[in-house]
Amino acid sequence: MAEVRYEAASRIYPGTEIPAVNALDLDIADGELLVLVGPSGSGKSTALRMLAGLETVNKGSIFINDVDVTLKPPQDRDIAMVFQNYALYPSMTVAENMGFALKQAGVSKEQRRAQVVEAARILDLEPYLDRKPKNLSGGQRQRVAMGRAIVRSPQVFLMDEPLSNLDAKLRVQTRTELADLQARLGVTMVYVTHDQVEAMTMGHRVAVLKDGLLQQVDTPRELYRRPANLFVAGFIGSPAMNLITVPVVDGAAQLGGLSVPLPDDVRAEVARRGLDEIIFGARPEHLALADVGASGEVAVVEELGSEAYIHVRVVHGQETEDVVVRVGGETAVKRGDQVSFGIAGATHFFDPGGDRLDGE
Amino acid sequence: MALFTRAPKAEPILGQNRVIAHVLALLTWLIGLLFFFPLFWLVLNGFKDELDANSSPKLFFDPTLDRFSEVTEDTTGLLSFTEAFGNSFWIVLISTILVMALAIPAAYALAIRPMRKWRDVLFFFISTKFLPIVGAIMPLWIIARDLDLLNTRAVLIILYTAMNLPLAVWMLRSFFAEVPNELIEAAQIDGCSLMGQIRQVILPIVAPGLAATALLCVIFAWNEYFLAVQLNPVEGSTMPVWVASQESGRGNFLAKLSAASVLATLPVVIAGWVAQKRMIRGLAMGAIK
Repeated sequence: MAEVRYEAASRIYPGTEIPAVNALDLDIADGELLVLVGPSGSGKSTALRMLAGLETVNKGSIFINDVDVTLKPPQDRDIAMVFQNYALYPSMTVAENMGFALKQAGVSKEQRRAQVVEAARILDLEPYLDRKPKNLSGGQRQRVAMGRAIVRSPQVFLMDEPLSNLDAKLRVQTRTELADLQARLGVTMVYVTHDQVEAMTMGHRVAVLKDGLLQQVDTPRELYRRPANLFVAGFIGSPAMNLITVPVVDGAAQLGGLSVPLPDDVRAEVARRGLDEIIFGARPEHLALADVGASGEVAVVEELGSEAYIHVRVVHGQETEDVVVRVGGETAVKRGDQVSFGIAGATHFFDPGGDRLDGE
Repeated sequence: MALFTRAPKAEPILGQNRVIAHVLALLTWLIGLLFFFPLFWLVLNGFKDELDANSSPKLFFDPTLDRFSEVTEDTTGLLSFTEAFGNSFWIVLISTILVMALAIPAAYALAIRPMRKWRDVLFFFISTKFLPIVGAIMPLWIIARDLDLLNTRAVLIILYTAMNLPLAVWMLRSFFAEVPNELIEAAQIDGCSLMGQIRQVILPIVAPGLAATALLCVIFAWNEYFLAVQLNPVEGSTMPVWVASQESGRGNFLAKLSAASVLATLPVVIAGWVAQKRMIRGLAMGAIK
């Protein structure tokens, strides 16, 4: 059981100027499942590999249980890692794969066998212990990789996109099993994914990275409710939040025919900084069709059965913007219709630099 | 992801292309036979009387093993068959073991932990093969003489090791480069030492490549003639020199020479046959990615 702490940890690859991970500060509690999420090139995998000891930490430090592991080799960190392609040893059987770390640690053969069988039982792998990895399905290989990590009962589990090689259905199923397993074992887990749905559904807390910089770390709900900046606002949530640059007139944001009054703290901030344009954000589920409001022509209807997302082409100043509005599955709207919509939930306001205007 | 996939079975070709396919297949067989024919004739000659072998080409004759017993029992040359075979065996075996022992760490370093300018190092290895061996024989001979190595097996072991090393490093490097990096990282995390990573994780994966490389080294060393005849023409010499010693000044003993050639070729052919599958798999390894 362990806590993990990144202190201003940076990784600068040789021959590059910009750090792949830039002064990362992050505290991970004992027993927590923390997800690192971000688009490709955001540094999430690098951050994980720094914790694993597979990447050099050029600046700052990393602690596991208050022990500075910055300069320790991977084998001295008491961690286990599951790789995206599982990295099973092809020449060894499932049992040998799972027991490999124990063998290196000099655990006796009987003890090893017992621990491997126990892990195999947890993961339903008992019938496959004598098979080679090439004779397993993708899902089974994934479980063997999990088993290899479990057998050692390490301080921290590191997961590098462990589900991305599975098909969609299996991925959703394994996602649940993995979260359940983590809760049962009560082990600290750092999980890397590019999939924000995976991040939101699995993480106790989610750390959003972009260009090597930590954007925000919070519970999934708080990320959804109060994204700290434009990037998080656009990245978290599916379909993505509508984000539109709008003029501010008389303390209200103007979008087509819709006038959205700014909350007091936002209005004060806008006045203080003398902004005449801000970025207005509203999730599709927080907009609704109405008799008055912003209006435009329906460009696309995405029908999902229980609900539909309609893309409304709003004329806005000199430009047109597509605004996505969620409607009930029963709503009869088709392409080409003229509709109006208004606010029916939370709204977000960001300055032109992308920072939240009612920030703390 | 299977690391090694077997080549798929050929699909039956349909329609018009079928004729072309058959013509091409026939042509391939013809060209193949054309190349094989001299070897076939050599083997055939080995089973003939000298008279039959030297007369106009004869396909049907009374086969005899006499020439084989002649060349293996007689010691008309400086060197008996058993001596030459023994010399070849030990020289090839020891030089190949040395080559592999040196090439594996070198290939590991170049493929898995490359340092700056590793390409230059790799090029340096192969550049040692640019100089025609004839151009180097004079200094080699003088060095061997000064070190009292002329006519010893040691000189051939040293030279064959040096001769095969660049090739082995190149081949093994490309096999090692195929090992997924994550496997080595997983082994590191699992607490495996450097030697453990090589022995338990990397070598089992590149085993077909090792076999292919070793076999090529064996073949090249077994067949080497020039260095053997220049530096070690007498007691300690090898099979190719022994075959040449079967030439006689007293006339044309074609059948005898053929029998000797067959005996010299046989071990390599058998080794190649046995290792065929592994070797092709090894040589094809680089083509998977």
